[in-house]
Amino acid sequence: MSQTNTTTVKERGRVGTFIRLLWADKFAFFAALFLLVVVLCAIFGPIWLSDEATRQNLRGRNAPPFELSRGFLYILGADQLGRPLLPRIIVAAQNTMAVAAGAVICSMIIGSALGLVAGYSRSRWSGAIMRLGDVIMSFPSLLLAVIVLYMLEPSVANIVLVLAITRIPIYLRTTRAEVLEVRERMFISAARVMGTSDRRIVFRHILPVVMPTLITIATLDFAFVMLAESSLSFLGIGIQPPEITWGLMVSQGRPYLTNAWWLSFWPGLAIILTTLSLNLLSAWMRIALDPVQRWRLEMGGRKNG
Amino acid sequence: MAEHLLEVRNLSVDFHTAAGTVSAVRNVSWHLDRGETLAILGESGSGKSVSASTIMNLIDMPPGEIKSGEVLFEGRDLLKMTDEQRRELNGCRIAMIFQDPLSHLNPVYTVGWQICEMMTVHDVPGDEAKARTLELLKRVGIPNPEAAMGKYPHEFSGGQRQRLMIAMALALKPDILIADEPTTALDVTVQAQVLALLEELQRETGMGLLLITHDLGVVAEIADRVVVMNKGEIVETGDAAEVYRNPKHPYTKRLIDAAPGKGETRDEEDRLGEPLLRVDRLQQHYGGFHALKGASFSIMPGETVAIVGESGSGKSTMARAILRLDEPSGGKVIWKGRDLLQMTSKELFAIRRDIQMVFQDPTQSLNPRMTVYQIISEAWIVHPDILPKARWKDRVAELLVQVGLSPEMAKRYPHQFSGGQRQRIAIARALALEPKLIICDEAVSALDVSIQAQVIELLDGLRRDLGLSYLFIAHDLPVVRDFADRVIVMKSGEIVEEGHVGQIFDAPRMPYTKALLAASLDPDPEVQAARRNARKSEGLVPA
Repeated sequence: MSQTNTTTVKERGRVGTFIRLLWADKFAFFAALFLLVVVLCAIFGPIWLSDEATRQNLRGRNAPPFELSRGFLYILGADQLGRPLLPRIIVAAQNTMAVAAGAVICSMIIGSALGLVAGYSRSRWSGAIMRLGDVIMSFPSLLLAVIVLYMLEPSVANIVLVLAITRIPIYLRTTRAEVLEVRERMFISAARVMGTSDRRIVFRHILPVVMPTLITIATLDFAFVMLAESSLSFLGIGIQPPEITWGLMVSQGRPYLTNAWWLSFWPGLAIILTTLSLNLLSAWMRIALDPVQRWRLEMGGRKNG
Repeated sequence: MAEHLLEVRNLSVDFHTAAGTVSAVRNVSWHLDRGETLAILGESGSGKSVSASTIMNLIDMPPGEIKSGEVLFEGRDLLKMTDEQRRELNGCRIAMIFQDPLSHLNPVYTVGWQICEMMTVHDVPGDEAKARTLELLKRVGIPNPEAAMGKYPHEFSGGQRQRLMIAMALALKPDILIADEPTTALDVTVQAQVLALLEELQRETGMGLLLITHDLGVVAEIADRVVVMNKGEIVETGDAAEVYRNPKHPYTKRLIDAAPGKGETRDEEDRLGEPLLRVDRLQQHYGGFHALKGASFSIMPGETVAIVGESGSGKSTMARAILRLDEPSGGKVIWKGRDLLQMTSKELFAIRRDIQMVFQDPTQSLNPRMTVYQIISEAWIVHPDILPKARWKDRVAELLVQVGLSPEMAKRYPHQFSGGQRQRIAIARALALEPKLIICDEAVSALDVSIQAQVIELLDGLRRDLGLSYLFIAHDLPVVRDFADRVIVMKSGEIVEEGHVGQIFDAPRMPYTKALLAASLDPDPEVQAARRNARKSEGLVPA
């Protein structure tokens, strides 16, 4: 009984510290709030607003934003078929996040796992993995996507698969380069002297050092993947209408840029804000997770030196 | 009152950091005359380099701030000059050499070009600069100076690079040469040569030499006067020999007492029986390079064996080969009758418990992302049979106390400790496995003298209490003197001499051992002066 009590106290302590550290960096705090909203939209948006987002209203074609005469849902204007933009953006969050997060997480896990192997082991596999990375990199990613999606069904899962494959080399190369450096550090030698297994060295000693770099790259990649997905949609092999994503909305609005900017602007803004938030949050995380740097936040977020 | 060449008056410098304002030096005053050598002596963090940086305008402002004081060069206050005026003095009238010459020479230009540039930026015509460069390279003793002009910095050895830096600093015949730890990165024999060169050049040119160092031996060898600094304040000034003989301030006393190599050597006692570790014709080749050419020795239980040698002698290679951090190319390492080098990784795993290692740089040998508790208890995760998990916490506390730290420190991270404390943590980690032999690879070289003494004392105490054996690798002979039972002297991958510590220090047989002993610096200026004379008459300074 007392055992559980202490653990809950400790848990609350940890969550409390977490929130306090987050509050210390105001940018990161609001970034986290924004991302929370996006995630909620992605989960509940389609259930809640699916009908509104697909209801056409030809009298409201390209309706300008900031007019409340058609109701609150039209606050951001309407698209070329008169569908209100605000609910569409909220509904589109689900597909966008599924594709982007799916692709980034898959490529990060696969890429960094291969990178760890390539960097740590001195066997032939290391060379083979690097050449595999070279092959993927030298192949134009869009071409690869076209071929794969031509053969397979252009579903969310397949798009995630294609985008993940094309982004693997980024993680692979970064991880390998960092591992090669970290592997020679003295605390790794110290661990080996102790008899620590390779697996433990890789996961306990090397990975935590490499992780911040990987997370930073992943957040930058998030934006890239969202845009790559939109270009696939533009080519007609990505997400197919009536399914929507932010990238698809941007490209659908492109012909109307001169007379109805809001068609592309709002989904574009959503993409920018999401990536910006991710970036700010990753910068915060890099500091908060590093015991050498953490004092910067514990000092109360005073920016100094 | 006669005017001094350089005078620093009441200098106070603060650094504004996120952790608050740190005053690096407070009310520091000293002066330097022509033809004089002044040494500023202090341990790390004492602020010994700050006044020199102020003179050279090398302090970044912010975060640095000069709170008060003046720096008078020939009566003019440097701090009131414009940057333009100071640039004209820097390099031309006041020159500086640094600890690590490789990082201060540009790797993509030839050294001849770099020394010439030094002069051409101060408006010396090209031909003249070239001629002077050649002359300088000859003067500082670079072999084959014509060819050396066209070489790049990486083609020279550490000592030669420091000579190049000196040549560069002297190019414009400065009045003052500031040398910031000029020999710290060099081997002892090379250090003696570079210091001798500096002294000669000073006598020729009559410049003032300001030497910043942590090494009492360097002060004894070369300085006329000494300024002792501690925590940003001057604690004592005076004639170098006088300060050594009659230190007034307690800090100076402590510093002098801590200098290694003064105590009694261990009694000779031959330990009989089965050796704990026997190394037999151990070899290590890297491509065509033979780092170890068949070295053999053994360690008895409870014995401390020191391996001494300069860089490139193969002493660290030996440690790594014994532990199979690198696979040796040949030979045998017999541990309790079995060859370590033939063992499978499973058998080796069991042996890992018995042989532990303490590394040179505790900053790098501790994982920065783990707490002290995690670092020490990792030993028991790897070897679960040593200790049940319930006892980990108590045992970590016990170990921390044993190495002279307090148990509350277990929650902290390595960066929150000083260098000496970190080395204690590294020792605690090694002890966690209850080893029989600890290999210390330059374990005290990166530490300040007083901390060095404490760590050695700790190791010595552990040896008595726990019956440990040590293989103690060092480049510095005096450190070994107080601590080792037997000494092995190594040179280019081979064992030159081996013997009891008393025999090696008092009656060395081989010329290399003699040269090594002659080159190492004693903190006592008188002893050092006597040694210098002996060196001159015997011509023992190795080429």
